[in-house]
Amino acid sequence: MTAPAKPVERSAARQAYRPAWFTRTPLRVAVIGICLLWSLPTLGIFVTSFRNPIDINTSGWWEVFLHPFQEGQWSLNNYTVVLGSEGMLTAFVNSLIVTIPSTIIPITIAAFAAYAFAWIRFPGRTVLFAVVVGLLVVPLQMALIPILRLYGDLGLYGTFLGIWLAHTAFGLPLAIVLLYNFISQLPRDLFESAAIDGATHFQTFTRLVLPLSVPALGAFAIFQFLWVWNDLLIALVFLGPGVEQRVMPTALSVLVGNRGEQWHILTAGAFVTMILPLVVFLLLQRAFVRGILAGSVKS
Amino acid sequence: MTEGVTGQAQEDPGLRRYLLPVLAILGIVILAVGLRVLADPRASQSLLAFIYDIIGNTAGADDLRRGAGDLLLAKIVLAGVALVIGVGGMWLIYAGVSAIVGLLPLRLQEKVYPWVFVVPAILLLGTYLVYPAIATFITSFTDGTGGDPLRHYRELTTPPFLAIFRNNLIWLVVGTLGSVGLGLAIAGLVDRVRREALAKTFIFLPLAISLVGASVIWRFVYAWKPEGLPQIGLANAVVTGLGGDPVPWVQTPPINTYALILIMIWLQTGFAMVILSAAIKGVSVEIIEAARLDGASERQLFFGVIVPMIRGSIITAATFIAIAILKIFDIVYVMTGGRFDTDVVANRMFLEMFQFFNDGRAAALAVVLFLAVLPVMVVNVRNLRGQGIGA
Repeated sequence: MTAPAKPVERSAARQAYRPAWFTRTPLRVAVIGICLLWSLPTLGIFVTSFRNPIDINTSGWWEVFLHPFQEGQWSLNNYTVVLGSEGMLTAFVNSLIVTIPSTIIPITIAAFAAYAFAWIRFPGRTVLFAVVVGLLVVPLQMALIPILRLYGDLGLYGTFLGIWLAHTAFGLPLAIVLLYNFISQLPRDLFESAAIDGATHFQTFTRLVLPLSVPALGAFAIFQFLWVWNDLLIALVFLGPGVEQRVMPTALSVLVGNRGEQWHILTAGAFVTMILPLVVFLLLQRAFVRGILAGSVKS
Repeated sequence: MTEGVTGQAQEDPGLRRYLLPVLAILGIVILAVGLRVLADPRASQSLLAFIYDIIGNTAGADDLRRGAGDLLLAKIVLAGVALVIGVGGMWLIYAGVSAIVGLLPLRLQEKVYPWVFVVPAILLLGTYLVYPAIATFITSFTDGTGGDPLRHYRELTTPPFLAIFRNNLIWLVVGTLGSVGLGLAIAGLVDRVRREALAKTFIFLPLAISLVGASVIWRFVYAWKPEGLPQIGLANAVVTGLGGDPVPWVQTPPINTYALILIMIWLQTGFAMVILSAAIKGVSVEIIEAARLDGASERQLFFGVIVPMIRGSIITAATFIAIAILKIFDIVYVMTGGRFDTDVVANRMFLEMFQFFNDGRAAALAVVLFLAVLPVMVVNVRNLRGQGIGA
């Protein structure tokens, strides 16, 4: 009797925890207010990116809501300019080229390593894993100067290969730790029966571990994708500001320098850089939240 | 070990045993050639030009070699090829080397196998993090001219650098407290309304936006026009609407630093909120009920019961955000470039590298950053251990 009754109890208690309606109305207003406040800055550049330059400079963007259907105030012109002559389309393609391999490669390498750390006994395992965890502490800045010199010698400065390797390596410590936390929690029986069946470690990894780890792999993939896509520092240092290979954050920061007060270009440019991560984020929000919680609170 | 001889009838493990090592070598060759091609900065053009030559589009190939023509297409082709080579080659190597190891005597196998899986990661970490960290330490103590190993550090104690450290401290305190405080407050509020998930999405969304994008968004909020002209920035529109004079937020110290910190708070509050909201949901209903029955008010319940119970999560959120804030670069770089008394360590380091070409001082700044992050990370790891997370 007690077991089925429990969920009812829980939800009843939750209900009681919610305050009565007269305290709830101000609460609702407060929450709606906060949400509105949080969205206003983004809404501002979104609206502005569709207005023409003269309107932008003579009236606040919020004034369009007084006459939203007035003719001739909306256009896609800013986007045409930004994608074309300001080079954002090239930057968009560059960003894709940088981001996709920089997401897939570290996950693969980290998954193999995490499996070995979690389920294969070998001398030095604990020490090595401790080193990997320790590397989480090292700020990227510690790596920039020597790697840049190395790249100068090897001719890797300004190449996609150089930045793929850099992003892969910099993403590895977190990837290994996150995936280790997940893979080490898989049931032991699984690996014992696989070993009895004579499966090699490679087979165990590809047929058991990988399919079972999809949630963790996905969560890290979203992390790494957003991190690489939004990164400015590594892109500036290893790819440089050259038009040919620069990625979107670099391109946008260059726009700020060159077109500082030309808001029609800046707002459209900013929106172009944001569109893909926003879509990914909204579609995969749950996985992302799970990833944050896995990386910080519980394993 | 006799299956190889009895062979054919089953799925022929003999074939697999010798095929995979061959594939491994093939993988290594493909990867080596691929890397060789990719290391060329003009790789994309050469590659597509090569393809055009094969299919007979000589004009297109010539255009590309001159640096014109279908450059964008060339890039996409390169990326596709790179992806196939990179990921495919990598898997071939893992699979093939594993198969080679499988040919070894059983006892040796057990010893070698783990290294097949771990070595690629170790090599990358060694090259990109361990070696550079040591090299940066050494560079920071290397003086190009005289024999004074501490010169760079001594220079860091002069007033301009002390101002930078002071700014970082303001960022750390205000930014962390602001993000975690707001995140906690909002997590507590939205826990009590319906449509909680929707409300959270609004707060959470900025996390997807790059720091550069966020900087542009807020640059527009802070936009300034001389008095008398219509204000197009939200902040100054509010100020003038209330009868004040427009403020050039980004150019006026000391408020400009706080204006920049606000951008980070706007971004990071969502992160704190997600962690703390999950923690609040983890507080057992029985405890909340008990506090209620004892006559606790909603406020007492929140600050007296819930907040102490989620202390661990608060520390987690605070340490993660503190580390991100200590390393803050993008916002300052885009908004001011470090001018108007807003400079911070990471931005200054970048300037030392690329504008002043003073690697020694840049390295010293990196070490300072490392030393600043270290204690925060120790608190973080201890705290996670306390929550029973083996890491």
